[in-house]
Amino acid sequence: MTASLRAVTKRFGDQLAVDAVTLAIAPGEFFSLLGPSGCGKTTTLRILAGFEAPDEGSVFLNGVEITARPAHRREIGMVFQNYALFPHLSVFENVAFPLRLRRTRPEEIRQRVAQALEMVRLPGLAGRMPAQLSGGQQQRVALARALVFRPSVVLLDEPLGALDLKLRKAMQLELKTLQREIGLTFVYVTHDQEEALTMSDRIAVMDRGSVLQVADPRTIYERPTSRFVADFIGVSNFLSGRVREAGAKAVIELDGGGVVWAERPAGVTTGQTVTVALRPERLRLERAPAEAIPGPEGGWNALPGVIRELVYTGSDTQYFVELGPSGTVMVRGPNDAPPDLRPRRGDSVWVRWEVGSTAILTA
Amino acid sequence: MRERTWPLPTYYFTLLALLYLPLVILLVFAFNSGTILVFPLKGLTLRWFHQLFATEALMRSLRNSLLVAAGSSVVATVLATCGAIAFVRFRFKGKGLFITVALLPLYVPFVVLGVSLLLLFSTLGIPRSLLTIGAAHSVVALPYALLIVTARLVGFDPHLEEAAMSLGANYAHTLRRVILPLIAPAIVAAWLTAFTVSFDEFAIANLLVGREPTLPVYLYSQLRMTTRLPLVVAMAALVMVGTLSIFVALVWLRRVLARTPVSAAARA
Repeated sequence: MTASLRAVTKRFGDQLAVDAVTLAIAPGEFFSLLGPSGCGKTTTLRILAGFEAPDEGSVFLNGVEITARPAHRREIGMVFQNYALFPHLSVFENVAFPLRLRRTRPEEIRQRVAQALEMVRLPGLAGRMPAQLSGGQQQRVALARALVFRPSVVLLDEPLGALDLKLRKAMQLELKTLQREIGLTFVYVTHDQEEALTMSDRIAVMDRGSVLQVADPRTIYERPTSRFVADFIGVSNFLSGRVREAGAKAVIELDGGGVVWAERPAGVTTGQTVTVALRPERLRLERAPAEAIPGPEGGWNALPGVIRELVYTGSDTQYFVELGPSGTVMVRGPNDAPPDLRPRRGDSVWVRWEVGSTAILTA
Repeated sequence: MRERTWPLPTYYFTLLALLYLPLVILLVFAFNSGTILVFPLKGLTLRWFHQLFATEALMRSLRNSLLVAAGSSVVATVLATCGAIAFVRFRFKGKGLFITVALLPLYVPFVVLGVSLLLLFSTLGIPRSLLTIGAAHSVVALPYALLIVTARLVGFDPHLEEAAMSLGANYAHTLRRVILPLIAPAIVAAWLTAFTVSFDEFAIANLLVGREPTLPVYLYSQLRMTTRLPLVVAMAALVMVGTLSIFVALVWLRRVLARTPVSAAARA
């Protein structure tokens, strides 16, 4: 493990900022800490950087405990949200800063700074002052400065937060590519779930100081283990019910009637109260009668309902379908149907989805 | 509405006249060849300036003032810079009390301060000299310097220090390579201000003066002799020109400060 936290707890006054967080970050991994503001992700990052001392627990870097080691001796690079470039130093001197501290020879400094600026695609600007650069360029300089001394881990605290949407999207891809090419370990803090899904190898979702789930983006999105994760990442429909059978597949009887099949997560037992989470884009609308729709044996769930509302969003249409007393779900459907076949408000329909697209939440 | 705008310019120019007329008159009389300060002028002359530089006691008091101002302003600026960094960056007990006490000399009348220092020095058996004046001036100039340096540090992005540390700089390195360079213009501004505060100061110096007078004390003593008056006027004119150049330097420094923000905040 490149970097790890073991049962790290941090309080500010009587507020619990980080609550017994244990994480292990693998070498070369793009690891994201994702959560709403105030969830403790930035504090966790600052504990790794050495800017905050944990009240309990330990911090490890390359297998060595560094809990008490001051920030300047940790060899961890950091990119701040506001970039924190030294305004009195040129781009070159900003990037050369860590090398000068390490008494690197002048010709090697020149060479490595040039290399770092090349890496972040910013050659030719070495003589500029930070105030003369655009936000995106400042961001690249900050990154070059954090990479140039070859730290074992680079921490990034919402580094794209101050950029406009288009630039942010472009930088996401670029950052990810750069990270993979140089094989560095990145620990990335963000509150933007899409950003985390796009860039990360693994994501730790945090809420109120605790880590709720650590997994790769696909698992986080498709197999959330808690209602918070399912709700925070993307859009989910929630239906509550009780487990009737807990075999290889779980059979859930919804509170409002109707039966749903799902892959059974470990630990789910008969009689347990659960929440079924469904992604709107995995649901389909069918007008066919019940007998025409394949059932759970065919790998499909289907529930009857009535379209109560529909919202045209351009790329698709959101249908709000009332499934009797079980609740209302949002279904995202394409806009490619001919005018006379488009679903309308008040239509009776079947909502159909694959058994494999059903997530069961116990928390 | 248009014709009602005249009171404002009138007010403005009256204010300017009140502020600067005395200074203009001072400059004019510095070149007056007569010894009595009345219009019309008798003629123009540089005699007083020649005489000025030939008067040894006056030159000596000027040297004394420069020494005291240089010494006390350096002491005040160093203390103020340390104090400002401590005040802005660190949490410690009695912080509120610290700043109140440090700024107190701003509110205590100089005469009161002078008398109390006089008492203190005589109680301690310290003879009055340029050193006692210098010590007093360090105290008096400290709050000005402290306010100037603190103002610069308050806007200082704490991430800059953290960035330096993450890059491998210990606190001494961070101080030397990041904090001090960024607040250097404020330190110079504080030093210049402290210098003028000391250079001008009369009340305390007059009470604490030993055998060596500072310039204001010497000039005041010369006012008793009417023949010396033109000399005093010429000296005052010179001091004014000196002070004005310091003022210009301060204005320039403020523009430098405004141009280099202490945080290269995102402009996106």
